[in-house]
Amino acid sequence: MKIAIGGMVEPGSTRVNKTGGWRIYRPLYHKDMCIKCGICSLLCPDSSVKAQEDGYVIFDYDYCKGCGICAYECPKDAIEMVLEEK
Amino acid sequence: MTDNPMEKMSVVEGSYATAHAVKVCRPNVISAYPITPQTHIVEDLSQFIADGEIDNCEFITIESEFSALSALVGASAAGARTYSSTSSQGLELMHEVVFNVSGMRLPTVMTVVNRAVSAPISIWNDHQDSISERDTGWIQLYAENSQEISDLTPLAYKVAEDKDVMLPAMVCMDGFILSHVFEPVVLLEQDLTDEYLPPYRPEHILDTKNPKTFGSFADPSVYTEFRYMQQKGMDIALKKIEKAVDEFTRIFGRDHGGLIDTYRADDAEILLMAMGSVVGTIKDVIDEARIDGIKVGLLKIRSFRPFPVEAVRKTLADAAVIVVLDKNISLGLNEGSLCTEVKSCLYNTDINTPVMGFMLGHGGRDISKGTIHMIIDKSQKVARSGIKVENEFVDVRGDLI
Amino acid sequence: MKEIRIHGRGGQGSVTAAELLAVAAFKDGHYSQAFPSFGVERRGAPVAAFTRIDDIPIRLRSQIYEPDYIIVQDPTLIEVVDVTGGVKPGGKILINSDFSPETFKLDTPAEVMTIDATRIALDIIGLPIMNTVMLGAFAGATGEINIRSIQYAVSERFPGKVGEKNSKAAYEAYKRLEAKR
Repeated sequence: MKIAIGGMVEPGSTRVNKTGGWRIYRPLYHKDMCIKCGICSLLCPDSSVKAQEDGYVIFDYDYCKGCGICAYECPKDAIEMVLEEK
Repeated sequence: MTDNPMEKMSVVEGSYATAHAVKVCRPNVISAYPITPQTHIVEDLSQFIADGEIDNCEFITIESEFSALSALVGASAAGARTYSSTSSQGLELMHEVVFNVSGMRLPTVMTVVNRAVSAPISIWNDHQDSISERDTGWIQLYAENSQEISDLTPLAYKVAEDKDVMLPAMVCMDGFILSHVFEPVVLLEQDLTDEYLPPYRPEHILDTKNPKTFGSFADPSVYTEFRYMQQKGMDIALKKIEKAVDEFTRIFGRDHGGLIDTYRADDAEILLMAMGSVVGTIKDVIDEARIDGIKVGLLKIRSFRPFPVEAVRKTLADAAVIVVLDKNISLGLNEGSLCTEVKSCLYNTDINTPVMGFMLGHGGRDISKGTIHMIIDKSQKVARSGIKVENEFVDVRGDLI
Repeated sequence: MKEIRIHGRGGQGSVTAAELLAVAAFKDGHYSQAFPSFGVERRGAPVAAFTRIDDIPIRLRSQIYEPDYIIVQDPTLIEVVDVTGGVKPGGKILINSDFSPETFKLDTPAEVMTIDATRIALDIIGLPIMNTVMLGAFAGATGEINIRSIQYAVSERFPGKVGEKNSKAAYEAYKRLEAKR
């Protein structure tokens, strides 16, 4: 890495910073209970709950910090926070 | 004094020790705006106020550093003992008012928790912020550890409020390195502080019943004299600091040195100079280098303003090489501020010792023992074969530039 | 002088642990110094905190490069940070994990020990905050600090029920590792 003049930074530099390691609790997705409302995906502060074309979601564990907002907001309790194995 | 110095100590954060020292100085008005790494000091002071631990004192929570110091101009003129604390951009934002306080000869005391200045943004320590206020007519004292920052606080008030001085004072402590360190400290005792520091009784105060003008206009026929009188105040402060140190030692039984302090400097061929917390690391390295037979010592600057020209000259007279460590740079000169001062005070004297400057610790770059050893190695070569490079940056990462 | 480096993530109380260790060491009659790595204050981001313990006043202000002991509050840091860096031969590395020390395959001259501090914290304190547990484990694993001094420092910082639970959790970890010493 070289410092550009004035410290200009190209976009996307934080992709290498995989914040998934911050998790203590991990969201566990119960797809059978999901009604595809998309609230979890909308409210995830790290864009780590990604809605698929069929309406179900997948979790990006590289960046999910385990904050639990998705589980808290899910109207059907289809997301469960479980202790991360370390 | 007890036999065991640890009996009176407690392990607290440097910021707490500072806030406690301010408390026992019995300030009347505190005005500050929070900024990292100064924050803990003002949080602790707010807590003291909320708990009713500081009598007759108002804490003004205010919208900016500019206003924080402006409020103290009024409060100090009205006869209050005033306090503020800031860091980095906060101090830069105060700049206009910093000159007003000293020009109006108001003895405010402010803890500057030293932090690098933006851009690039950095919350970490160096001395660029307070050094940038070098010429503003404030006394500047630099502390090595939590005890010294505590002890310098009442001393700063005592000197600043002396009727022959009447200049504001910045007490400077290294951000994080001292503000966030937990270490054993004797928290200043209220009774001893009261004995040491009398109440502030200014000759002139802003009072509606006895109206006077403060901060007036000066046309070219009188302006020069204002600056001349400020410099006289600084000259007098040199002696008053020494006197205040003696009295502090008599009452509190602790001694960190006067305007300067020295460590193993008597027979030193290599004399290192520095200010602030890096002094502690340097002392450890000196002990190691001495075991290897290297005659190295330290001159620590406690008072950067007023600058103790005579004391520095006297200490440096017998060294073979003078090595100045600066946590700041004058951009365009490629030199740290302390190095400039040292060279300036040796010119026109019989002392013709080479002076080398090293700029290090910028924006929180850690200063390891290895770095100091490397500097001593370089200066040994200069002591033998003369100076080639006068000033250089330390620990520059070639891979980034 | 003994030097201890604590690795954790923002929010795991690493800085507090370093401070409590300094308070406990002072209580034991030593000089001490604790300071953070001054990193960006962000929950979850890797942080480090340091403690020095000596019998004479401590002047050194640099970070710790050759620690005698290392405490790792979060084992996922091992992939991200050089947690074993500079450790002295004969030193000890204490990792919060329910796996065995061998699992981590650390290339180090130091002894590696593990303690399931998160589990102890959840069981006794009711929260996954393991810093005080790791301090108890440190006292047990190294014998450098009296566990009573750790408990004193913990109770002083967290008065009431919270302190009691933390103190109890620290003692539980102490017992487990003291038995292995």
